[in-house]
Amino acid sequence: MSDLERMYQQVILDHSREAHGRGLRDLASAAVGESHQVNTTCGDEVTLRIGLDGDTVADLAWEGQGCSISQASVSVLNDLVVGESVERVDELFEAFKALMHNKGEPLDEEREDLLGDATAFTGVGKYPARIKCALLGWMALRDSVAQARGADHG
Amino acid sequence: MRDVRGDFPLLKRRVRGGRELVYLDSAATSQRPHVVLNAVDEFETLHNGAVQRGAHLLAEEATEAFEGARDAVARFVGAREPREIVWTGNATAALNLVANGIGNASAGIGGSEAARFALKPGDSIVITQAEHHANIVPWQQLAVRTGATLKWIEVDADGVPRLEQLDTVVDDSTRVLAFGHASNVTGVVNDVAAFVARAREVGALTVLDACQSVPHMPVDFSVLGVDFAAFSGHKMLGPTGIGALWGRAELLDALPPSIFGGGTVQTVTLEQTTWHPAPTRFEAGSQPVAQAIGLGAAARYLSELGMGEVFAHERALGQRMRQAVAELDGVRLLGPVDAPHGVLGLAAFSVDGVHPHDVGQVLDDAGIAVRVGHHCAQPLHRHFGVTGSSRASAHVYTTDADVDAFIAGLERVIEFFGVTA
Repeated sequence: MSDLERMYQQVILDHSREAHGRGLRDLASAAVGESHQVNTTCGDEVTLRIGLDGDTVADLAWEGQGCSISQASVSVLNDLVVGESVERVDELFEAFKALMHNKGEPLDEEREDLLGDATAFTGVGKYPARIKCALLGWMALRDSVAQARGADHG
Repeated sequence: MRDVRGDFPLLKRRVRGGRELVYLDSAATSQRPHVVLNAVDEFETLHNGAVQRGAHLLAEEATEAFEGARDAVARFVGAREPREIVWTGNATAALNLVANGIGNASAGIGGSEAARFALKPGDSIVITQAEHHANIVPWQQLAVRTGATLKWIEVDADGVPRLEQLDTVVDDSTRVLAFGHASNVTGVVNDVAAFVARAREVGALTVLDACQSVPHMPVDFSVLGVDFAAFSGHKMLGPTGIGALWGRAELLDALPPSIFGGGTVQTVTLEQTTWHPAPTRFEAGSQPVAQAIGLGAAARYLSELGMGEVFAHERALGQRMRQAVAELDGVRLLGPVDAPHGVLGLAAFSVDGVHPHDVGQVLDDAGIAVRVGHHCAQPLHRHFGVTGSSRASAHVYTTDADVDAFIAGLERVIEFFGVTA
């Protein structure tokens, strides 16, 4: 498999064609946070809304436009974080960020298990210019969780 | 044109797993030939000294080389005298030099001789919808500073400025008409004479963005009849960090500087300052000397190749690229295949359902370097209904084999992402 095929795994191509959770809608959760992130170098953007019930990510909705890597990444994270605790979302975020900075190599078994389908993005780490694409949705996720928690406490 | 590949050491590089480099991003930045690299190296190694100051041998040699480069570049673009070339950091800085000079004249700087440039509310500045951001933003900001109104000439379905709007958008209120010589997206060469004729009817200054024309075709600013023109070094086989403003000498001598400092002033009293004539009044502080010398070498190199032959070579390559793109199912060419005043050696395109970054990535895997994004021309991309595109662009060293590789690469993009028309 070439570096290119390692980056564009079938999982990524499938998610970019049919993204999960796409479509912004009102969330009924107790605390809602929203974040809009733009990659200024290419204009890719993601708006992500998250609903917390207590410490659980109860709901997620998003809209975006951009390359297959950025859009598939949000779709995959959508599947990973809904129903999980905020603590677990933090772990996922840290693991994914570590994967992106691992120069195309897999992480340890524990974090690989944690990331599941998101390990399909391993090959992106070989292309510095594309790491930002893969991280765009995750930045929006982290920011919207912070917003939701602020709303909850405020 | 003779085969020049051997003159460009970088083109021998292998990329992405040992593949030959197919460099098709010259409209963004060009590669440099040995003569340019050697000119810079020789200056730094043997002749470096402070230009236009000092009485020692190195200062003399440095000054001679620096001014010799100005002379070479002046001849290359049809300047009537070398002092019509002002060194700037890049073409963007050259356009800003004109806009800020006009802004300063509007604020009363530069005395009575600068009054001819002054703008006031009710005046208009006219650009086109096809411009690079560097020929939009300085004029927008000048309008904000002076109260003048910014207007623009729209483009047709091919992205080419609608010349008939010259008669309606440009009117007696128009003081500045700024436009590109050739588009960095469609590659279409504009009918400069039509712009100049209309500007003269209403007494407006013309400012030409010549970044994409000077490196690729014969250009003579005096014959074109514009008032100011900007171009950059790194797109014409020269170094980065150097560009130039050309202007008619009588205008340059009256335009106020916008960077004030050492070397630019004639006499200073506590009440006021008078400036040197051009180009000195604009070249404040230490200059990019080695870069200017490199650019001079690039101008000489291109002159020896012959710009008529360069243009013919690149036009043919561009024609092939655009024709191939236009014929591929699921791929859309931005702009026309051909145009009355010629089209540069480039093709900008979008692939249905595939983001430009993904297109560029698959091409890169085959060693093919193209530009992806909005190419600093967002209004034109918006007009085409896309946020960005991919662009392949040629230069003197581009070959038919490069174009073959590009077309094969594009077919692979379509296959890879399963594009269906």
